[in-house]
Amino acid sequence: MDRDAVASHVPRLRRYARALVGDRYQADDLVQDTLERALNKLHLWRPGSDMRAWLFAIMHNVFVNEIRSRRLDADALSDDESIAAPAGSVDRLEIRDLQAALGELPAEQRAVVLLVGLEEMSYAEAAKALGVPIGTVMSRLARGRERLRHLMAGAPAASGLKVVK
Amino acid sequence: MSGTASETDLHAYVDGALDEAHRREVEAHLAANPVDAERVRAWQDQKARMRALFNPVLEETVPDRLRAVAAPRRRIPYALAAGALVAGIAIGWAAKTYLATDPKAVPTASLPKRAAVAHVVYSPEVRHPVEVGADQQEHLVNWLSKRVGQPLKAPILATVGFELVGGRLLPGDAGPVAQFMYQDARGQRLTLYVSRSTANRDTAFRFSQEDRVSVFYWVDGKLGYALSSELPKDRLLAVATAVYQQLNP
Repeated sequence: MDRDAVASHVPRLRRYARALVGDRYQADDLVQDTLERALNKLHLWRPGSDMRAWLFAIMHNVFVNEIRSRRLDADALSDDESIAAPAGSVDRLEIRDLQAALGELPAEQRAVVLLVGLEEMSYAEAAKALGVPIGTVMSRLARGRERLRHLMAGAPAASGLKVVK
Repeated sequence: MSGTASETDLHAYVDGALDEAHRREVEAHLAANPVDAERVRAWQDQKARMRALFNPVLEETVPDRLRAVAAPRRRIPYALAAGALVAGIAIGWAAKTYLATDPKAVPTASLPKRAAVAHVVYSPEVRHPVEVGADQQEHLVNWLSKRVGQPLKAPILATVGFELVGGRLLPGDAGPVAQFMYQDARGQRLTLYVSRSTANRDTAFRFSQEDRVSVFYWVDGKLGYALSSELPKDRLLAVATAVYQQLNP
């Protein structure tokens, strides 16, 4: 039962990992390590509590450990085809800009920007997933978004952008 | 920070985390502060681009290796996947040579030859062996039946040790062709190539050795079948027999 619940979160874990790591296969490695650890610790998960927060917290720990042990190149944002442009919705160049800009952020800022912007976590949820106070989430979010803004200044405006749901 | 709204307020506005009253205050602030309004617009734009860029990941088929973790009974060890890759490279070279030495053979090639080429091209694929995975078997069979124009079945080959990986649609001489791919516990793959037959008469089992690919093929009604693999001939015959029996109960 819980195992199925874990499986139901896999697409979102993959989306976040892809955005965080950039490279498709490194991202799936991160998801796989996260799932293995989560399933080993499944008995520690309290039924009724927020499984998404629990899984993202595990992923964050795995990510941090892997950066430390240099198994993962945190700055690797893939320059290959690993992320295809959604057909007809966004200009490929704009996508490259965002992808490249994300890669320029320190990993801790990138994590917050993505948890809030992509995963749509509340600040409190993001704080819990990252194991830091809310104030830290806010300051990383502010710095990350400003840095992205400067990096992307000069990129064509995305007005009329169709968001792929 | 400028004016009456704090930096935190501006972000909370972008993230929809403000109540109605607070939101209106921030909007009033933005109306009077074009610099902040521009920053907020840029952050909103970042979020929209982020979703446009990464939401398609949600629609991707989850790779087998991740599905296998969540459902460990179907787990395929890494070493085998790596082995399949190495074998794949070797077969890929074989296919290249094969295609290069006989370029005219392909368009007009016989059923076993076409099936063998398709087998050699797709069975080594580690990442994208199929277009539609076995987890969507009903969709797969309906889709391929529709495109091939005949009701198809994906035989269940568990009794001979093979599980369905999925299938794909290929171009053939007489229209679309379906390819079903199976894999055993050791990662050995076989493909069942199903095309519309123009021969219009049934045939018995026939065997053809296409380079290192063994092919059993037959015509049954309106469909021609070819089962291809690098398996030893006798083992492939056992599988072919199982396929035939299931298609002709």
